[in-house]
Amino acid sequence: MLCASAPPARRRHDVSPTGHATDVDLVQLLTPGGQLLAHPDYTPRIAHLDAAARRGLYRDMVLVRRFDNEATSLQRQGELGLWVQSLGQEAAQIGSGRALRPNDYVFPSYREHGVAHTRGVDLADILRLFRGVEHGGGWDPAEHNFHLYTLVIAAHTLHATGYAMGLQRDGLVGSGDPERDAAVVVYFGDGATSQGDLNESLVFAAVNNAPIVFFCQNNQWAISEPTTKQARIPLARRGDGFGIPNVRVDGNDVLATYAVTAQALERARSGGGPTFIEAFTYRMGAHTTSDDPTRYRSAAEDEYWRQRDPIERMRLLLEGAGELSPAFAAELEADATALAERVRATVKGLGRPPTGTMFDHVYGAPHAIVDSERAWLAEYEASFLDGAAAEGGSH
Amino acid sequence: MGTTERMTFSKAINAGLRRTLETDPKVILMGEDIGTLGGVFRVTDGLQKDFGADRVVDTPLAESGIVGTAIGLALRGYRPVLEIQFDGFIFPAFNQITTQLAKLSYRSRGRLSAPVVIRVPYGGAIGAIEHHSESPEVLFAHTAGLRVVSPASPADAFVMIQQAVASPDPVLFFEPKARYWDKGEVDVAITVTADAVASALADGVATDPAGVVALDRARVARAGTDLTIAAYGATVSTALKAAESAAAAGVSVEVVDLRSISPLDAETLIASVRRTGRCVVVHEAPVFYGTGGEIAARVTEACFYELEAPVLRVGGFHTPYPVNKLEATYLPGLDRILDAVDRAMAY
Ligand SMILES: Cc1ncc(C[n+]2csc(CCOP(=O)(O)OP(=O)(O)O)c2C)c(N)n1
Repeated sequence: MLCASAPPARRRHDVSPTGHATDVDLVQLLTPGGQLLAHPDYTPRIAHLDAAARRGLYRDMVLVRRFDNEATSLQRQGELGLWVQSLGQEAAQIGSGRALRPNDYVFPSYREHGVAHTRGVDLADILRLFRGVEHGGGWDPAEHNFHLYTLVIAAHTLHATGYAMGLQRDGLVGSGDPERDAAVVVYFGDGATSQGDLNESLVFAAVNNAPIVFFCQNNQWAISEPTTKQARIPLARRGDGFGIPNVRVDGNDVLATYAVTAQALERARSGGGPTFIEAFTYRMGAHTTSDDPTRYRSAAEDEYWRQRDPIERMRLLLEGAGELSPAFAAELEADATALAERVRATVKGLGRPPTGTMFDHVYGAPHAIVDSERAWLAEYEASFLDGAAAEGGSH
Repeated sequence: MGTTERMTFSKAINAGLRRTLETDPKVILMGEDIGTLGGVFRVTDGLQKDFGADRVVDTPLAESGIVGTAIGLALRGYRPVLEIQFDGFIFPAFNQITTQLAKLSYRSRGRLSAPVVIRVPYGGAIGAIEHHSESPEVLFAHTAGLRVVSPASPADAFVMIQQAVASPDPVLFFEPKARYWDKGEVDVAITVTADAVASALADGVATDPAGVVALDRARVARAGTDLTIAAYGATVSTALKAAESAAAAGVSVEVVDLRSISPLDAETLIASVRRTGRCVVVHEAPVFYGTGGEIAARVTEACFYELEAPVLRVGGFHTPYPVNKLEATYLPGLDRILDAVDRAMAY
């Protein structure tokens, strides 16, 4: 249970080394030092989280970080073509992901490994994309209500909006039956807020009162460009001009991201329309393993955010409350190691797909050109084995 | 002339951009991450440091915005040179490029022009993920009002980027990213002026007054007598390797580096095929409805009586660009080019 003696709600005016000076409240329920804060709107949203649930959030974050570190070393060892770390964004992803109900639907961008984990996607499957054996991802979106990763910035925000409009048409919004009602969450970065597609999404969502939560992970950087290259005001205020309510939340506080997402989802499910959430967080790793952040960011900035590590502050809370037994910590460590080992073994076992698969699923029905090219390639490749020359055709 | 330096392809473009920034105060570079970072491929490395953040501009993450505002800047007399980070991300700007940029001259009956250059790292073979290895050049070549070019060597990259910036028309400048790290000799004494480009284009001459191949002209990259390979961008060096292998087998292959995809220098190509009697077209983009089809039709029409074999095409398949574990099969490599050479020779 949450302690009744928590200090009173405070207005936070946090400014990161790269961020905006802000006049928008940052919702925070857990300080970097592991202290609980009371908030009139959001504390009730986490009141039901008992020690086991809070340990669960901590566990999720630890597992996802271990997975992330393992994927990074797999890339370094040449086993993955590229890796996109979520390091530092665990609280934003686990908090929001755990606030979802099974019926809700997620549109991730490409860094939402933590959210994928909360939707039951096997983390090893994500690496199929980065190993270069499969496009889009190796999971069935319908099975997890978790869409494919989208690499073209902000393109998926429109798909998410349309999907939410579909839920609305299907009578799955505001029916009064919480088991039936559903909403959509779409994830994107601070850079994505500049794209036309996102702005058009906000227009469509607003005028249709669509059941959607726009979840912006402001990790301070779009590759080398700080958020100030995308906007002059806190990103949360993007919603204003569209008539969409905004919430700005400490993205490194897993309890706060859980609470604000839960509230926004409930609003959406019950017919209250869209919400724009800015989770103020930090990408502690490089943009991708191809990026060199030393070219554009300072050691002081790294240090500032290291002191706000989302996992560390949850650990301090649990420890302070006597909710983190050595036995639990040891078991978690063992589970994390087992996960990393399984992911490594799975990835290394992913061979080159047969060349013919290149032609699979280009269309749903036969297409004469694809069929003839597939046949040509098969014959051509066979010609190397039996020594016969390939006949006719171009390629 | 004669001041050559050995440098990589990306450095050659960097040097060419630097030259345009020095010689024309109206040139501005715009794009995502091109300033402090120097671009994700480092093509603009150091330029912001030397020319300032007003000339080398880190833009918001918005391709339609980048191209659309560049059109406005061009209307005020600036010469924006844009970087689209990867081929697959040009599509948010497709509308601005094809419905606006391409048509400004036509709609204004020549009263307005938008000399905007759009640099696009394109093509595969770098083991990237989805949308990072595409060849969308034909979509732009199919749009009237745009010039579409692709350099194949560091020396040409240095000259062509200057020619593109100096061009009175919008230019899609496709940079074969597989070649960014290739090194070659570059004549850094060459400075291309807008007057030289405009007069070469207007007069239809093959070389401009500085003695360099004009922006809309092809170049014979290797002479041969038995067969012509037409290629551009990354496939030129693969074609040159194929020509070497073919020579060892007694077949003399001529390689024509098209340089310009729109317009197409049919004159140079046709003259080559008239000499050799055979033609193979090679590009990374899908063969179906691709550049090769256009070339095959033109060459066939002009050289019907000289051709000893049908024009053959070697390129990508009618699939999305595949996962990187399969790209070696998808891309036209030495084997498939030599196979086409053999087939053409066998007629
Ligand atoms: C339309 C488009 N343009 C450019 C890119 C290249 N690119 C990939 S990620 C990225 C930065 C994204 O920053 P942000 O939206 O803040 O998300 P983050 O990666 O920081 O989570 C860019 C420019 C892209 N993928 N799509």
